[in-house]
Amino acid sequence: MARKPAADTTEASSSAASPNIPRDELLKLYRDMLLIRRFEEKAGQLYGMGLIGGFCHLYIGQEAVVVGLEAAAKEGDKRITSYRDHGHMLASGMEARGVMAELTGRIDGYSKGKGGSMHMFSREKHFYGGHGIVGAQVPIGAGLAFADKYLGNDNVTFTYFGDGAANQGQIYETYNMAQLWQLPVVFVIENNGYAMGTSIKRSTKSTTFYGRGEAFGIPGEQVDGMDVLAVKAAGEKAVAHCRAGKGPYILEMMTYRYRGHSMSDPAKYRTREEVQKMRDEKDAIEHVRQLLVSGGHASDDDLKSIDKEIKDIVNDSADFARESSEPPLEELWTDIYADEDVNA
Amino acid sequence: MAIQILMPALSPTMEEGTLAKWLVKEGDAVKSGDILAEIETDKATMEFEAVDEGTIGKLLVAEGTQGVAVNAPIAVLLAEGETADDAEAAAAPRADEPAQQGAGENSKDEAGETPERAPAAAKSAVDAVSTPEPDESPDWPEDTELRQMTVREALREAMAEEMERDERVFLMGEEVGEYQGAYKISQGLLDRFGPKRVVDTPITEHGFAGLGVGAAFGGLRPIVEFMTFNFAMQAMDHIINSAAKTLYMSGGQMGCPMVFRGPNGAAARVAAQHSQDYAAWFAHVPGLKVVQPYSAADAKGLLKTAIRDPNPVIFLENEILYGRTFDVPALDDFTIPFGKAKIARKGGDVTIVSFGIGMSHALEAAEKLAADGIEAEVIDLRTLRPLDYGTVLKSVQKTNRCITVEEGFPVASIGNHISAWLMENAFDWLDAPVINCTGKDVPMPYAANLERLALITSDEVVEAVRKVTYR
Repeated sequence: MARKPAADTTEASSSAASPNIPRDELLKLYRDMLLIRRFEEKAGQLYGMGLIGGFCHLYIGQEAVVVGLEAAAKEGDKRITSYRDHGHMLASGMEARGVMAELTGRIDGYSKGKGGSMHMFSREKHFYGGHGIVGAQVPIGAGLAFADKYLGNDNVTFTYFGDGAANQGQIYETYNMAQLWQLPVVFVIENNGYAMGTSIKRSTKSTTFYGRGEAFGIPGEQVDGMDVLAVKAAGEKAVAHCRAGKGPYILEMMTYRYRGHSMSDPAKYRTREEVQKMRDEKDAIEHVRQLLVSGGHASDDDLKSIDKEIKDIVNDSADFARESSEPPLEELWTDIYADEDVNA
Repeated sequence: MAIQILMPALSPTMEEGTLAKWLVKEGDAVKSGDILAEIETDKATMEFEAVDEGTIGKLLVAEGTQGVAVNAPIAVLLAEGETADDAEAAAAPRADEPAQQGAGENSKDEAGETPERAPAAAKSAVDAVSTPEPDESPDWPEDTELRQMTVREALREAMAEEMERDERVFLMGEEVGEYQGAYKISQGLLDRFGPKRVVDTPITEHGFAGLGVGAAFGGLRPIVEFMTFNFAMQAMDHIINSAAKTLYMSGGQMGCPMVFRGPNGAAARVAAQHSQDYAAWFAHVPGLKVVQPYSAADAKGLLKTAIRDPNPVIFLENEILYGRTFDVPALDDFTIPFGKAKIARKGGDVTIVSFGIGMSHALEAAEKLAADGIEAEVIDLRTLRPLDYGTVLKSVQKTNRCITVEEGFPVASIGNHISAWLMENAFDWLDAPVINCTGKDVPMPYAANLERLALITSDEVVEAVRKVTYR
């Protein structure tokens, strides 16, 4: 039932590089991934300047995963993830300004500055967090899917977690219930090779995460998560399975994070050469850039103008996030209890 | 325009660091992601990467320099077409942008120097607790018809009525459906509402508690039954981190309207892992509401309120009380508001504050004391969060003496909290120290004689009252 892709994912990917991908679609994928990359670089910079505090986990390197899956989603679909969440928020359409202002702990942030990097939400964009306890978002994601099934709509929930979380017991409690009740949830394992500083080899006996649904009868497959077109194609298949009422689906995305686990990661657990090799040979953005150029879809000038457009959005978000005020002190005491149903 | 590269903060606590080594030299072209330098922080040696593209125009801090302050310029990056002159200009301190941080940007590094603002709106620990005039209105009109009902039946009726009222309400838990409830609370609900709304779960507390939280985020009104609250320990992360905190962490966007309910506290002869009162644990946590009813009327009226509440509610029942019979008003839609204690017995000599099964010991003790001419006022808190401080305060101002009764462990108990609160708010009204009657500070033993010894008894309550009344 679980299927490993034909192509070895450690090889440079060109598997899904079809000349038939429409130009607009390629450009959108490129733009969305670039926005995440530039946003995260800026976030790293603001962290270095002391404007962002605490924990800050950057998504640089993994952009193809969320962007590819968002391309397979429809309005109403939900998404939930862990604390490496900035990319998911931007890809779901949340405003760069609101995300950056939350990172700087300001009132105009998505959580009024009370959540920070790891805790942002948008009911409007169907983004359900932003969760800081490794693995906890997985049963919650299944619960979102439970609600959709109960309410009788055809929405699907994308529940993201990492290779580290994949060893949490609650994942398997959730697999069992999700399949038992045929919940429309796509479990997306973002396998970046490292659970914080522990490589998969050192933490995991059986490393085929996509196959771990087999005991529950959940189909799964491994996908080259550095190839946004392969991600999108796999996402469409998984979503179709869920919408057809066939229950959950597992996608193991083979991906890589270029930066440390968090901003304060000295990264002694892997070599600089390993990181550089991935950047040089597998970069998801570079891959689409080449497709655009080689397919004659975009000139250097076109791409430069996209770069500038993205840079402007990111710089604007950073300016906004610095200028926004800290939350008023009264905010300490608000949002502890709801007076009315805010979920309605 | 040339860009200053600043000494980065590379950990949440870093204020300065050592520029151990430059990996670029003046004139080098760099792009985003290239390593510029190695920096030693308070925790480790870290690589520092470029964010912007350009050419290194000038290195401002020599390698090996210690104590370089976060945000001090360490290099200048030139954009395309710029020259060394631009580097000189950029290296000079700029009046308008000292260290890239304008005044009023209260980053962690300058937090200590931030001038005092207007007096903080933050309330002190005491002010945070409001003591409004107690609501002394009766729970139901005097001429209401009353029915005799067990606590079990009252809980069942409450759930059935709320499930009739709101399609979004559903019950999930172990054995709630086909088995008809491990303690028969949900008996008949599966037949009445069907398997979509009465959901038997696998034995998966961590998983189904989290799934329930997700269902609440997704627009439903879950009632999650724990076969006993001892098993909720497996689900504690979701109750605290996922259910209680999300409204706050989301700036008020994402509520978690749900009820976690089930029997709590000691049953009989089931030993340590099945006999614990978790009242104080849950009452500790902002974001949760905590209810622990004693009577059937309270069980019904408070459970209906809990199911309608837009917040996560911990509803602590008691196995021994399930079979006890009480008067319940025959009203179409009977609810009891949270935060309203009940004076279960009036008296002027001493205030006994209790809740849940503690009330049976408190009331029994009050009977014994009355035989000796000591009139105890017995307050049933009913909800522990919010807690009705006003009713307790008013009673203590009358009796000048207070003891608390609960089944839980003595350390950091509800009684401890009430004692501390009274010391702060009613010190001058007290004629004796507040005594906390609690379960003993031991895991629950199995042997019948030892179990009796571990539990709170009405005789211990009587003894405590005699101490504080000096009689």
